[in-house]
Amino acid sequence: MKAPPFTLHRPATVDEAAGLLAALADEGALVLAGGQSLVPMMALRLAYPPDLIDINGIAGLDRIELSGDHLAIGALARHHDFRRSVVPGPFGALLARISHEIAHYPIRTRGTFCGSLAHADPASEWCLTAATLGAEMVLRSQAGERAVPVADWFEGAMATVREPEELLVEVRLSRPAEGSAWGFYEFNRRAGDFAIGAALAGYRLEGGAMRDVHVGIGAIEEVPRRLGEVEAALEGQPPGPEAFRTAARIAAGAVEPLEDFATPADYRRDLAVTAIERALAEAALAQPGQRGMAA
Amino acid sequence: MKIALTVNGRPAALDVAPRTTLADCLRHALGLTGTHLACEHGVCGACTVIVDGAAVRGCLTLAVQADGAEVTTVEGLAGDGALTPLQEAFRRHHALQCGFCTAGILTTLHALLTENPDVEACEIREVLSGNICRCTGYIPIVEAALEARAAYRRGGDPAQ
Repeated sequence: MKAPPFTLHRPATVDEAAGLLAALADEGALVLAGGQSLVPMMALRLAYPPDLIDINGIAGLDRIELSGDHLAIGALARHHDFRRSVVPGPFGALLARISHEIAHYPIRTRGTFCGSLAHADPASEWCLTAATLGAEMVLRSQAGERAVPVADWFEGAMATVREPEELLVEVRLSRPAEGSAWGFYEFNRRAGDFAIGAALAGYRLEGGAMRDVHVGIGAIEEVPRRLGEVEAALEGQPPGPEAFRTAARIAAGAVEPLEDFATPADYRRDLAVTAIERALAEAALAQPGQRGMAA
Repeated sequence: MKIALTVNGRPAALDVAPRTTLADCLRHALGLTGTHLACEHGVCGACTVIVDGAAVRGCLTLAVQADGAEVTTVEGLAGDGALTPLQEAFRRHHALQCGFCTAGILTTLHALLTENPDVEACEIREVLSGNICRCTGYIPIVEAALEARAAYRRGGDPAQ
């Protein structure tokens, strides 16, 4: 349960980090940000990088800033930084709500938002958030910078299109539509454990009908994603328990659930339906004029 | 790799291998064995210590990452042999039995109550989900934390 030996590098700038990655990534160098997934993986000998590039000394990477249509989240912004609204209104309240579901309190103080996106665990709350709200991942290497939309980001469980020599410097999380309200539901056996299934859902009301419907699922499949079939069934309909149930049931036929020794695929299929229904119910409570996460 | 940190108010200069966790460094290099290790992969919470005011897992933080930081372990919560109000509340409510998990719970709750002395029972329970206690003492632990809030509300650092 001890990590194998490695050489530690402590760059002071993003350029320096990119230089180290260019020189060392081919041999298996990895970036250390929060370390709340990487360090246990090293202790369990699932990862044994010969070099670790610790970016914690790089100034300015902890920024969380509203910038036009998105929230710019730097590589050192911690889960705990979102515990109180980082932006006024329902957007900040939603992120605060979700942050409390991530792992345990002493893990949230160190783990990072961008680290979650780079690690791409199927159960990650922030990966679900990025997939549902929309996001762009900003990658930096010596060759320059590129931005990858979330639809192209995930390649599978714990796999992304990031090249080994690229540093994820920022995630640009899309701002939800004005007047939209959101709900989140996660199921696990103990608060703070990995999600067995989760859903994030939001919409805005226009003349009593749901518009801009977003429904995403996490921890159900290898990669979190929006469910277009479910969204289409809700778009233009009046909200209500019947509409939510009917639409959520579509998910049962649309998902290809993960399976493990404790959780059969059929269990996750049912859970996807329940999670979506409950996330929608929470979104309904949060509509403007109600208590909750709405403008 | 040479590092310098402050542990429980005392400066410490050490030479550690980068792979050494903060928890191992505290226990082996500094002899502070109040910090306990069980799972060593972030699940059990026994090794929780406070780094620059934030509760962190000692097993998921490298010692080199605490370079320049102020670290508080369970040994540093109380001064002069007197118990802190939180520790006193633990004793009053029988919030420990074997005591193995207690160091990590005290440091976690100290950081939480310092950050938010008005924290409600539901959040205390959520936070305690990150500390495994197999003597099943959670109800008295929550009661002790709720009672200790008053001391943290009065301001200052009740752990001195």
